[in-house]
Amino acid sequence: MAFDYEKYLRPGKLPHIWCPGCGHGIVMKGLIRAMDSLKIGTKNTAIVSGIGCASRLPGDMDSCTLHTAHGRAAAFATGVKMAKPEMNVILVGGDGDGTAIGGNHFIHACRRNIDMTYIILNNKIYGMTGGQFSPATPTGAKASTTPYGNPDPAFDIAKLAIGAGATFVARGTAYHAAQIDKLIAEAIQHKGFSVVEILDDCPTTYGRRNKFKSVIEMMNHLKETSVPVKAAEKMTAEQLQGKVLTGVLYKEERAEYTTEYAKVIERAQAK
Amino acid sequence: MSKKVAFLQGNEAASHGALYAGCNFFAGYPITPSTEVAEVMSAELPKIGGKFIQMEDEIGAMAAILGAALAGSKVLTSTSGPGLSLKQELIGYGCIAEIPCVIYNVMRGGPSTGMPTGPSQSDVMAAKWGTHGDHPAICLTPASVQETYEEVIRAFNLSEKYRTPVMVMPDEIVAHMRERIVFPEKGEIEVVPRKTPTVPPEQYKPYDTSFGDVPPLAAYGTGYKFHVTGLNKMPDGFPTTKAEVVQAEEERQVRKVDANVDDIVTFEEYLLDDAEIVVVAYGSTSRSARYAVNAAREQGIKAGMFRIKTFWPFPDKQIKALAQKAKGFIVPEMNLGMCANEIERNVQGKAPVLGIFRVDGEPINPDQIVEKIKEVK
Repeated sequence: MAFDYEKYLRPGKLPHIWCPGCGHGIVMKGLIRAMDSLKIGTKNTAIVSGIGCASRLPGDMDSCTLHTAHGRAAAFATGVKMAKPEMNVILVGGDGDGTAIGGNHFIHACRRNIDMTYIILNNKIYGMTGGQFSPATPTGAKASTTPYGNPDPAFDIAKLAIGAGATFVARGTAYHAAQIDKLIAEAIQHKGFSVVEILDDCPTTYGRRNKFKSVIEMMNHLKETSVPVKAAEKMTAEQLQGKVLTGVLYKEERAEYTTEYAKVIERAQAK
Repeated sequence: MSKKVAFLQGNEAASHGALYAGCNFFAGYPITPSTEVAEVMSAELPKIGGKFIQMEDEIGAMAAILGAALAGSKVLTSTSGPGLSLKQELIGYGCIAEIPCVIYNVMRGGPSTGMPTGPSQSDVMAAKWGTHGDHPAICLTPASVQETYEEVIRAFNLSEKYRTPVMVMPDEIVAHMRERIVFPEKGEIEVVPRKTPTVPPEQYKPYDTSFGDVPPLAAYGTGYKFHVTGLNKMPDGFPTTKAEVVQAEEERQVRKVDANVDDIVTFEEYLLDDAEIVVVAYGSTSRSARYAVNAAREQGIKAGMFRIKTFWPFPDKQIKALAQKAKGFIVPEMNLGMCANEIERNVQGKAPVLGIFRVDGEPINPDQIVEKIKEVK
């Protein structure tokens, strides 16, 4: 029997806003399968986003959904989680939203290790505003605001998360659809701040400016440039040139923020 | 039983007022001259099982209280001028998404970093016009430590009653001076609870106007699944660009305050019955004004004071009534004429409006006001 996605979606809200060929829908389906596999339910799950194409994802999900302001998802979500630590809190957003205007909230959520899962849909561009370069746009790439090629270096978002203190960091791609739900499920189960970066495509505002002839070519590019961490162990530095690693990149157990705050309450009340 | 009495600073009193009102969540960022509020809340909230979090920046603090409010908490943040500028982005979010919250802003010199330890009253227009777009605004300007305590409670009540952000804005003098405060007994001051839904989750709409201009607000994690956005929205919370819906919703949001001005606006009339000269003052400046009015009376001048307690919505009706008989208005304030402009808007040329404007970090003293009163004669 085919998987029933509809029980996690709000009736009457589809179609979503995404363009044909955009990988965001693949990620949304992955999230739904992950939630279903964990049986975490929808009533006790908050899905929080910022602004941008990816940030429209919560509106279609039948949960407690919060579409905040540009870049602010992690800070709003921190308030939700602190107020109700028993809730599952999932953040969804794009690369620009999360690492440019929301960069400060992002790194501090990582540092606190507050028990939330942040799914970053990295399509390397500001899609909703028409294709301006983001902190994840490769150097040299064309965007509507880099007509002569992008002079900026790009963030490695997974490395940024690890450096800032996230205790679970994984990366997948929109091409590897079957892996997405497994990465997200493992991230949600992890006690602490988990980041799942999904490399995605934006045929409309990135692909056509950067000589991708079709969505298929963009998807194949995601496939060809990614290497599972396990496979990478057997590869030489030369072979890994220009490749990105996928899978669970980092995992550690460290004190979780709301648990630590519960101890603060205990200490305050013991006085 | 005698009441509990203390000798407190305005900022400390504000914190205890919030706790009396049932505040159980605080998010903030350190900033002079309001940091004492964060310090008190960090110590007191965990004692009652509440939550305190110091966020990475002012915007993050505003975001965290809005998130916590949607999860059912009664929330407070505190800040000062530069922080208020940063928070404006999400104060607008609180207005359009209709999330109850209290913003305690201590007014210091500005613009920008200005004079962090100097008193000012120059944020009063930012309280109304700081965030972009049309939106409701409620701003209270207490003048004593006791009043700061009570006005913070009232701010919580108004934010719940009208489901909107409310600002309390003492100037730095009120925030940092120490005075005797008498704590009310539990139950002595009314605490307004949040209006929560009476309909089952499947029928709930977060902006359902069939319940009036202020629809009930559910909390996340209580079985109610609903959508909240900063976009113009429909009664069910989902975005819309439908012209008639956007127009009606925008008008309703503003009407929540505009149609209830008499419930919200508070003021004090001091010796106004026969007054020819009306001094309009607020915050610490009103303390000098009261002294000046007394001094003028001793010299045979019929002066009185209209003390603004609720700056927004502005007491238009009261000022218009005073303009019918007053020979002149004096407006002392620690900015370059923000309140005076509002007075002129209401007086409409019926009497002269003379300002005493100081932005040098020094308080306005009574002598300056007495001199100005004499100028009208």
